[in-house]
Amino acid sequence: MSYIPNTDLERKQMLDVVGIKHLDDLFTVVPQNLKVECLDLPEPMSELEVSKTLRAMAAKNKVYASIFRGAGAYQHYIPSIVKSVTSKETFVSAYTPYQAEISQGVLQSIFEYQTMISELTGMDASNASVYDGPSAAAEAMNMTRERNRNKVLVSAAAHPMAIESIATYFFGNEMEMELIPLKDGVTDMDALASMLNNNIAGVYLQHPNYFGLLEDAQKAGELAHSVGAKYVMSVNPIATSLMKTPREYGADVAVGDGQPLGMPLSFGGPYVGFMACTNAMLRKLPGRIVGETVDAEGSRAFVLTLQAREQHIRREKASSNICSNHALMAMVASVYMSAMGPHGMAEAAQLCYSKAHYAASKISKIPGFELQHKGDFFHEFVTKVPCDPRKVLDLLDKKDILGGLPVENGILWAVTEMNSKDQIDTLVNVLKEVSRSCN
Amino acid sequence: MQLIFERSREGRRCAILPKSDVPVVALPADQLRSQAPKLPMVSEIDLSRHYTELEKHVHGVNDGFYPLGSCTMKYNPQINNEMASLPGFANIHPLQDESTMQGAMEMLYTAKEYLCEITGMDDMTFQPAAGAHGEFTGILMMKAYHHHRGDKHRTKIMIPDAAHGTNPATAAMAGYTVVTIPSDENGFVNLDKLREAVGPDTAGLMLTNPNTIGIFDPHICEITDIIHEAGGLCYYDGANLNAVMGVVRPGDMGFDVIHLNLHKSFSTPHGGGGPGSGPVGCKSILAPYLPKYNVVKDEDGTFRFDHAPHTIGMMRGFYGNSLVNVRALSYLLTLGNVGPRRVAENAVLNANYMKNRLAEKFDIAFPGICMHEFVITMSRVKKETGVSALDMAKGMLDYGIHPPTMYFPIMVDEALMVEPTETESKETMDEAVQIYLDLYEKAYSDPQVLKTAPHNTPIRRPDEVGAARNPKVRYLF
Repeated sequence: MSYIPNTDLERKQMLDVVGIKHLDDLFTVVPQNLKVECLDLPEPMSELEVSKTLRAMAAKNKVYASIFRGAGAYQHYIPSIVKSVTSKETFVSAYTPYQAEISQGVLQSIFEYQTMISELTGMDASNASVYDGPSAAAEAMNMTRERNRNKVLVSAAAHPMAIESIATYFFGNEMEMELIPLKDGVTDMDALASMLNNNIAGVYLQHPNYFGLLEDAQKAGELAHSVGAKYVMSVNPIATSLMKTPREYGADVAVGDGQPLGMPLSFGGPYVGFMACTNAMLRKLPGRIVGETVDAEGSRAFVLTLQAREQHIRREKASSNICSNHALMAMVASVYMSAMGPHGMAEAAQLCYSKAHYAASKISKIPGFELQHKGDFFHEFVTKVPCDPRKVLDLLDKKDILGGLPVENGILWAVTEMNSKDQIDTLVNVLKEVSRSCN
Repeated sequence: MQLIFERSREGRRCAILPKSDVPVVALPADQLRSQAPKLPMVSEIDLSRHYTELEKHVHGVNDGFYPLGSCTMKYNPQINNEMASLPGFANIHPLQDESTMQGAMEMLYTAKEYLCEITGMDDMTFQPAAGAHGEFTGILMMKAYHHHRGDKHRTKIMIPDAAHGTNPATAAMAGYTVVTIPSDENGFVNLDKLREAVGPDTAGLMLTNPNTIGIFDPHICEITDIIHEAGGLCYYDGANLNAVMGVVRPGDMGFDVIHLNLHKSFSTPHGGGGPGSGPVGCKSILAPYLPKYNVVKDEDGTFRFDHAPHTIGMMRGFYGNSLVNVRALSYLLTLGNVGPRRVAENAVLNANYMKNRLAEKFDIAFPGICMHEFVITMSRVKKETGVSALDMAKGMLDYGIHPPTMYFPIMVDEALMVEPTETESKETMDEAVQIYLDLYEKAYSDPQVLKTAPHNTPIRRPDEVGAARNPKVRYLF
């Protein structure tokens, strides 16, 4: 049997030590009537057969040459060193660094990740990661809860899966959520002002928002704080390398999906959720946190810290039940940010912005594909569509292009540094064809 | 070791991205951050050497024995990683049209078929990212079930005192009151106390079986019957499935909903703390409450995502940690029909072998045949020598083996919990047993050496109290 090294002879020797005759004797405690006769599954496969079977499945999926779809999962260039470093077997196969003396490599890498996320967001502290952006959003809104403050306001232009995740978590903890309506694709600040009161625990704003648009993030923070509510911002980590930080906008907690930081699209996961906060919120932050200390000889050392927040100590009084996080994906993000450096990150952000604006300027001139909203955007924008969007997407598919995502009354396009001018021009030409055939 | 920030030099960088091939459009000045983030400025060789050095200060399963109780640190087969990196899985956008990702959906569906058969469940979601996330998913499905039936007065969840900390934390996150059920002297659920505790306000029970002390509770069907008769539902924490897969199924023990830790029982790597994957299986009565994007197969053989009629919604973005699930399927195909039982038999045999050999000197917390793990209590040794479970664990570090889980379960004084897993050979365990026995002798002959251990590791014991009192959680430039 694969991956079980012991031989029949060794098993016999071990059974003798245990003092039993048969392997079945190990399970006499299991009620006889419950025991499984035989699992109704195929025969075991050899490695070669496994490889062929899974390659056949992988081959049934279409990998597009040109991708203009984002909506929470973005195609970016992944520097070669990201994969080589983070596929090192020791990093891959280690567990949570409970034994600090033999885990300094993992602990230090997390400490470095926490520092980079803190720098990127401008916040004081970051945790060692959570599962992804939407789950980070839900955990963050849970952090805002206080006695007599049980309700949060969430921008309707947040990612729909983040909104849904918050709602699901709230079905558990029985907090309330209300959506802040939109005006021309962005959060309606007048509506927000009218919805605020002293029972509001937190306000959640995504910037750039789900439609790619830049929000009045300053205003939302001021309004939240005017009633003593906490301000939670979700940001795109590439955009934030160039754009104002959540801290500069007054956020108490900053969250987001780290997928753009070196993670492939991966059919949706694993990605990584980052969470950073002010010092005032630190003890409410869920998940693992690594801290710096000294060892018995006074040398610098890193340990898991502030564990009194966590489930294995606090049980039902813990700030969250999170145990496993996404440490290896956090390392992916760290290596990505280190390989890119501050300049490379800013270049990526600038390329996204320039290319998205180039694409938008071309596409929006095509009859029927005008921009849906007036506001400025980062690397995603919504255009109108002159016919059934499926017709557009099918035509693009035939050219090996994954078009934007159909959203209400339009298509949400994403453009990153991966989209060359040629790719954008090809897209524009196809859309022109569509436009002509629709009119 | 230097931090990556200490290797940083102003102006140093890697050349990753090209110049813009479209006109550069400047961001409005009022949108720009005032200061660039202080990310490392390094060349590729700095980066390569930095992480190579960090890697040397980590203990992975590839480095040596890793018998961390309740974590199932089995070997992570390489083929699984290779399959997960196939472009057909790694480079597909989750929001592509379903017709363009039938293979990925087939991957999920096939894994579901295998895991439902192994656990005796009817349906399964792969959305949960980890065990705790799975617990939360499963308990919310129970809550939705009760609420949908108008049964909102069920507010209590029964949890044995031996449970993992995630269980009570999960129940609290789901808005439930935790009722702790004491264990009896054998480590089993105290049935009388359970009967006393249940009533019309019982929403359900969360249980691990074999439990966290590595013992299979023979009264399992009585336990699940008590809960069902009270109108509650039974949640199975699959953390310890490795001991019994292919031998007995949670579904047959009376459980309605379960989670699995694919990063434990199904060989996907732990990654220094994650990502894992925590799929949740359920009986058909709970299927209407599964999270969104449940993959189903139509009669014509095509796969599609389905939203259950009373879905609890989304637990996170998209469909789960897909590339982890590819690894698990790769392993499941390897196991086939007879593999799960082989895994369980060998995991349990290994644990019993080590336990019997160690019982020569050490006190084992619970006598008799154990399942895949067992608990040593250092209580007597500590009284006699002053050497604690922590000291013993730190002593092991000097021998290059990973210590067992310390101080868990909390019901055992000075606990060391050992889980060798089936992927370790007899000689690896023999070497470890010899080290444990030598350390036992050392506790009596030279306790001070253990109290100050480790001596040969990259750092000595860290000051954890100081770290928590004065948190320094980022590098200060």
